Amino acid sequence: MFTIHAAKKGVSALLLAVALMVSAGMAGAAEQEHPVIERQTWTFSGLFGKYDDAQLQRGFRVYTDVCSRCHGINRIYFRNLAEPGGPAFPVAAVKALAATFKVDDAPNEEGKVKKRPALLTDPFPSPYKNEQEARFSQNGALPPDLSLITKARSAEAEAPFYRVPDHMIRDILTGYQEGGADYVYAYITGFSEPPAGVKLAEFMNYNKAFPGHQTAMPNPFAGGDGLVEYDDGTPRTVENYARDVTAFLAWAGDPKLEERKRLGLLVIGYLLITVVLLGFAKRRVWRDVH
Amino acid sequence: MASHESSYRPTNRLSKWLDARLPIQRMMHAQFIDFPTPRNINYLWTTGGLLSFFLGVQLLTGIVLAMHYAPTAADAFNSVEHIRRDVNYGWLMRNMHAVGASMFFLAVYIHIGRGLYYGSYKAPREVLWIIGVVIFLLMMATAFMGYSLPWGQMSFWAVTVITNLFSSIDSIIPGLGTRIVQWLWGGYSVSGTTLTRFFSLHYLLPFVIAGAVVLHIWALHVVGQNNPTGLEIKTASDSVPMSPHAVTKDIFALSVFVMLFAWFVFYLPDYLGHPDNYIEANPLSTPPHIVPEWYFLPYYAILRAIPNKLLGVVAMFASIIILCFTPWLDTSRVRSSKYRPVYKWFFWLFVITVIALGYLGSKPPEGAYVLWARIFTAYYFMHFLIVMPIVGVMETPSRMPRSITEAVLGSSGQPVNVGAPAAPPRH
Ligand code: HEC
Ligand code: HEM
Repeated sequence: MFTIHAAKKGVSALLLAVALMVSAGMAGAAEQEHPVIERQTWTFSGLFGKYDDAQLQRGFRVYTDVCSRCHGINRIYFRNLAEPGGPAFPVAAVKALAATFKVDDAPNEEGKVKKRPALLTDPFPSPYKNEQEARFSQNGALPPDLSLITKARSAEAEAPFYRVPDHMIRDILTGYQEGGADYVYAYITGFSEPPAGVKLAEFMNYNKAFPGHQTAMPNPFAGGDGLVEYDDGTPRTVENYARDVTAFLAWAGDPKLEERKRLGLLVIGYLLITVVLLGFAKRRVWRDVH
Repeated sequence: MASHESSYRPTNRLSKWLDARLPIQRMMHAQFIDFPTPRNINYLWTTGGLLSFFLGVQLLTGIVLAMHYAPTAADAFNSVEHIRRDVNYGWLMRNMHAVGASMFFLAVYIHIGRGLYYGSYKAPREVLWIIGVVIFLLMMATAFMGYSLPWGQMSFWAVTVITNLFSSIDSIIPGLGTRIVQWLWGGYSVSGTTLTRFFSLHYLLPFVIAGAVVLHIWALHVVGQNNPTGLEIKTASDSVPMSPHAVTKDIFALSVFVMLFAWFVFYLPDYLGHPDNYIEANPLSTPPHIVPEWYFLPYYAILRAIPNKLLGVVAMFASIIILCFTPWLDTSRVRSSKYRPVYKWFFWLFVITVIALGYLGSKPPEGAYVLWARIFTAYYFMHFLIVMPIVGVMETPSRMPRSITEAVLGSSGQPVNVGAPAAPPRH
């Protein structure tokens, strides 16, 4: 026959043993598979996050001056650059910018396709006609389109299993969803000479954030500080270039972020009041039941 | 249906006229206003209302999404981006639908856990319980097909991995498994054809779920709600009418849960998803780790824990089907674990097992992870096949109140036998 006490003791001893063994076993298995990505501070993170228009404008400049040679951003239309909640360039400036790009016109009566200046309703033109051309120009590697890059990457931290709950709770309470931006920043600033003993494959570059540490992308900021002109007085440093272009890419991947967080605050506020009122109502109804 | 006086009084001429022809208002009044609910039910009993709410959320947001979504391999991913970027409040619909699926599963896990803890599966609620398991399976099928629709890398590869499981049937009847897989795919590989049929079924199944929910609630209203004591309602003082009591409590709990839902919709819409699903499906590039959505992880761990593919598939399905047998596997005469001093601990061990399996399902199947997945998988089944029958026979239930009223108001002077197992309240 079981006695309550012995059974309780038995089960809790079993639980403890399981916990200990799991932690011992997992510590070995959880070898650093992903390089550690440091968290950055972003104006658009957290519950009250907003994009900094000036930063997005600078980031756009870094993108066009440096990255657009190799990477497209085809989910962004010129019109988006003038929209609120984004870089919010003046419409006239965006129109003028668009007109400097030539895109295919619709076929004319003779069926010939001519070029015309781009309009606000055109997507940002890609540097390549197709994937083959992209790969051919990059020694076989494919530079991904950057429209969704901060959404499509993360800063996976390999925490031991007993740290998972508190990491989760911290991220949920602070509304932290910026792992992708942290990764992109770490990647574009992560270039260096390979450590002694690491042999790079042909056309490969050492990068401390990239999984496997060998990437086909050369350091985009090899030119160093001063590479891109800023006209708002922000120091022209590689660090600022990287931060600004990452913020711009974060907007490109999540252009409704400001609208989303603004509405979120209203909804949560409204629900808080509702919950309190319903709490009183419930207590009143149940007053003489218990 | 449960026998109780209806307080329904048709007030105007139209409702009197209708009452004489189709007394639907009378029935609704009896079932959702007068319906006696045990006076002692706690907040775990609000999960049923939550689940109905989330079925409604999925239906409404899904129908709106379907107006803008294109179920073809070439357009699916772009159409979801179009919804996120260009459709008015499309981002909201999309976030509500994706996060809503997670909340739906969170609620259903609490709901099932409550049933297991308080013995709600025991007679006379077996049919009610089994319909619940059917709803759970339908939800899983719906969510699995829904996850394929954005046609990202995880969508594509999850479909590939899971549909391929059927090819394990080849090891019993050579060729049959392959034929089934090709029939599911509509071709020789996962393609736009597969996507289109998954969309069709993803639109259909929620309505099947809605039908099953009606049966579930019908069965509930025949046998009545269980409660933390596991005792049946015997006297009028054991219950309160559903409205306003249970209703105010349900709405209050719902608002709290909706706050959690809103938190994810507005601040963390992508937290529960996988970043690879923001990369368009590419049949030529396999992601390094293919992981399902969080709510499938425990079953995924069970699938991979077993070295033989066919047996892995069998174990995965068995881990859910086995729930249908709990009314007969549990031999205890007492329903509620509140009065089961030994089983109570095993219940929590089982909860830990499921969480551990979930964690292991998210890890690559290598090294110590495989070993632990095997240990926990074994325990998962042992809980049902060994613990439930044996502990039920051996344990001595603790002192029980005689009625729900006594449980709430304290013993009203009558002596209570200490240690004597209360007879299971059956009629
Ligand atoms: C000379 C061409 C070139 C330039 C300029 C360039 N890139 Fe790249 N980029 C590449 C190539 C090639 C890859 C593919 C790397 C690989 O797969 O190893 C890549 C990959 C990436 C990735 C994806 C890394 C991953 O995790 O898969 C990001 C992010 C990125 N580039 C950002 C940028 C940014 C931001 C800039 C501008 C500051 C930039 N790149 C400039 C060629 C370039
Ligand atoms: C039981 C209810 C339902 C569940 C559990 C469910 C679950 C899901 C899931 C998990 C996704 C993928 C979300 C993502 O990551 O993007 C999805 C997508 C989708 N669902 Fe549902 N769904 C349900 C009901 C419905 C209904 C009733 C409809 C339409 C009538 C619908 C239409 C869609 C559409 C169009 C998509 C693709 C758009 C997108 O991915 O955002 N769903 N569903």
